[in-house]
Amino acid sequence: MQLNKIFKGLVIALPIVTMVACSSGPTDAEKEAERNRIATEQAEADRLAEEARKAQVQTGTMTPVMSPAEKMKKELQALQNEQTVYFDFDRSSISSDFYSVLDKHAAFLNSNPSQSIVIEGHCDSRGTPEYNIALGELRAKSVQTYLQNAGVSSSQISVVSYGEEKPVVSGATEAAFAKNRRGVLVYQ
Amino acid sequence: MLKSKFKMLLVLACLTSGQAFAALEIVITEGIDTSRPIGVVPFKWIGQGTMPEKLTNVIAADLKRSGKFNPIDASKMPQYPSTDREMDYRAWVATGVEAVLVGTVELVGIDQYKVSFELIDVVRGQITGGQSQMLSNGKLIASNDHMMDARQATINGKDFRQYAHRISDVVYEKLTGERGAFLTRIAYVVVRDQAQHEFPFQLVVADYDGANETMLLRSKEPLMSPSWSPDGTKLAYVSFENKRPQIFIQDLYTMNRTQMSDFKGINGAPRFSPDGKQLALVSSKDGNPELYIMDIASKQVRRITDDRAIDTEPNWMPDGKSLIFSSERGGKPQLYRVDLASNKVRRLTFQGDMNLGGTVTPDGKQLVFVNRTRGDYHIARQDLISGNMQVLTKTFLDESPSIAPNGSMIIYSTLHEGKQVLSLVSLDGRFKARLPAADGQVKAPNWSPYLF
Repeated sequence: MQLNKIFKGLVIALPIVTMVACSSGPTDAEKEAERNRIATEQAEADRLAEEARKAQVQTGTMTPVMSPAEKMKKELQALQNEQTVYFDFDRSSISSDFYSVLDKHAAFLNSNPSQSIVIEGHCDSRGTPEYNIALGELRAKSVQTYLQNAGVSSSQISVVSYGEEKPVVSGATEAAFAKNRRGVLVYQ
Repeated sequence: MLKSKFKMLLVLACLTSGQAFAALEIVITEGIDTSRPIGVVPFKWIGQGTMPEKLTNVIAADLKRSGKFNPIDASKMPQYPSTDREMDYRAWVATGVEAVLVGTVELVGIDQYKVSFELIDVVRGQITGGQSQMLSNGKLIASNDHMMDARQATINGKDFRQYAHRISDVVYEKLTGERGAFLTRIAYVVVRDQAQHEFPFQLVVADYDGANETMLLRSKEPLMSPSWSPDGTKLAYVSFENKRPQIFIQDLYTMNRTQMSDFKGINGAPRFSPDGKQLALVSSKDGNPELYIMDIASKQVRRITDDRAIDTEPNWMPDGKSLIFSSERGGKPQLYRVDLASNKVRRLTFQGDMNLGGTVTPDGKQLVFVNRTRGDYHIARQDLISGNMQVLTKTFLDESPSIAPNGSMIIYSTLHEGKQVLSLVSLDGRFKARLPAADGQVKAPNWSPYLF
C-alpha cells in the first residue's frame, strides 16, 4: 500500500525531472525523428540477419499423416456442408450457380469409386402431390445427369423423389417454397 | 334467465365432449342460407338414467353438413312431439320447416335400445290433419300419406352413432331423392410434428364426419395416396418405409399388408378399378412417369401411356373402360382421358394455366380437379359433355379432391392458417365447410364407397 503510493508519486515526478534535465538539448521532434531512424536501421539489420540465417537452413511444413479413410472422411464432411441444389418453380434444370458444388461432388465420387450416393428430389407444396413426385424425380435426374457427364459411374448413383412430402421449411411463403425446391446429395 | 344459463352450459358440455370425441370438427364456412329448414326433434327417452348418446345431435349435424338442409334450433321448436299423433301441424308450418323427424329411444334390455322414428311431411299433415283417408276396395281407410317414413330397430349402446347416420341416410333420401352418404368413411394421411413423434407419418381412417379416427399405419417415412377398394375393405397406398416409394394394399380388418410394387423409380398414385381386380398406377421404370394397370392377383403390369412427358394421377371412369389422367404432353399439365381398349388419348381441359388431379363423379358426367389460374390452385368442376368449367373453391393451395359416393360433396386438402387441413365443398360450390385438425398436417383424403 505504502509502496504503491511511492510508485504513483514517481510516475508523476519522473517525466517532470526528465523535461527539466533536457530542456537545453534537442527538441522533442528531433528526438522523435532520431528514435525512428534507429528503429528502421535496427529492423533492416534484423531482416538481413534473418535472410542470412535462412540461406543456411530451410524449414518445411508437413501434412498430417492421414489414412485414405480419414482423408475421405474429411473430404466427405466438407461436401456434406454443400449437399443441396435449389431449383426454380416448376423447373428441373440446374442453375449454373451450382456447377462448382456439383463438380466437387463429382471429383470426390470419381476418386472414390466405391462410394455411392442417393440423390433426393424435392418440391414446394404447390401443385398436386403426385405431380410433385414426378417433378421431384426430374430434378433428382438432372443432378444425376450432371454427375454422369462429369464422369461419375451410373452404378454409384441412385435417385428417389419425395415430391412435396418432406419440406425442410413449413409455411407458404416464397422463401419457404424456394428452400423446399431442392435436390439433396446423400452419401450412403 | 336461469333456463338460458342452463342451456348455455348444455351447449358448452356438448362442445367439449364433441371435441374429445372427434379429432376433426367441422366448421361450416359458407352456404347454409341456401338450404332447406327441417325440424329434428330430440328423441324422447323412455327408461332410467340418460340416453347413451344424443342420436338427434348426430342426425342434425349430418343434415346440416350435407349443405342441403338447415335443422332449426331446438329452442325455436314450438313443441317436442315424439310421434305424429302429438304433432301440432299449424305451429310447425309457421316455423317454415317442410318436414319433421320425431322418435323415441327405449331401454329394452341390458345395453339394448329400441329406436323408433317417423319422418313427417308438415304441409301434407296440415292439409289432412294427419287424418287423411283414401278409398281402397270401395272402403275408406286411413292413408297416413303425411308419414314419409317410419321405422324401428333395436341397437346396442356402441351402435348409436352409426344408427344415427343410418337415420340421416333415410331422411336425406326421402327428401332429396338421392342416396345419403352419411355411413361412409374417409382415409387420409396425417403428418404429426416430427420433433414430438417418432412415427410422424400416419395413415388414418375416420367416419366421414371425423369421428372414430382409427390409425392403420404409422411410419418414420412419408405415406401417400390412400385409395379405397370398391368393396370398402382395403386401402392401397404408397409407403416410403424402405427409403423409396412402394405400393402396398392393406386389409382394414385383418391388418394384412401386401407389397404390390417395387419398380425402379416412381411407384405412385394407386387407384382400384371399379371391379376391384386391377390397380391403375404410375411408374417410371421404363424411363419417365407413365400409367400402368396391374392385375392385383398376378401383379402383372401393362403399360397404358407412352409419351416423353410426365403422365400421372390416373383415375377410373365409373365404367372401368377408360382412365382420366394428368399429362404434361401439351406443355403444361392438363387432364386427358385414355381409352383402355384402343389406348387412344384425348385432351379434356383447356382453361387456366394448368389442370391436375382429376376424378370423375359416380354418374360419369362431371370431372372434378385442381385448376391453376393466375397462380391460384382451386378445386374446379367441368361438365364432360358440354365442357363448361366452374371454379368451386376460394381456399389456398387446394389439392387431392375426392368425391362422396353419392356425388354430392367433394373433400379436398387445403392450406388454412399455415396448416394443411381437409375441407368440403358441395358439387355445385354453394356449400363449404372446413375440418380443422387438432395436431398435424392432414392431406390426401379419399372418400370411401358406400359401406353398408
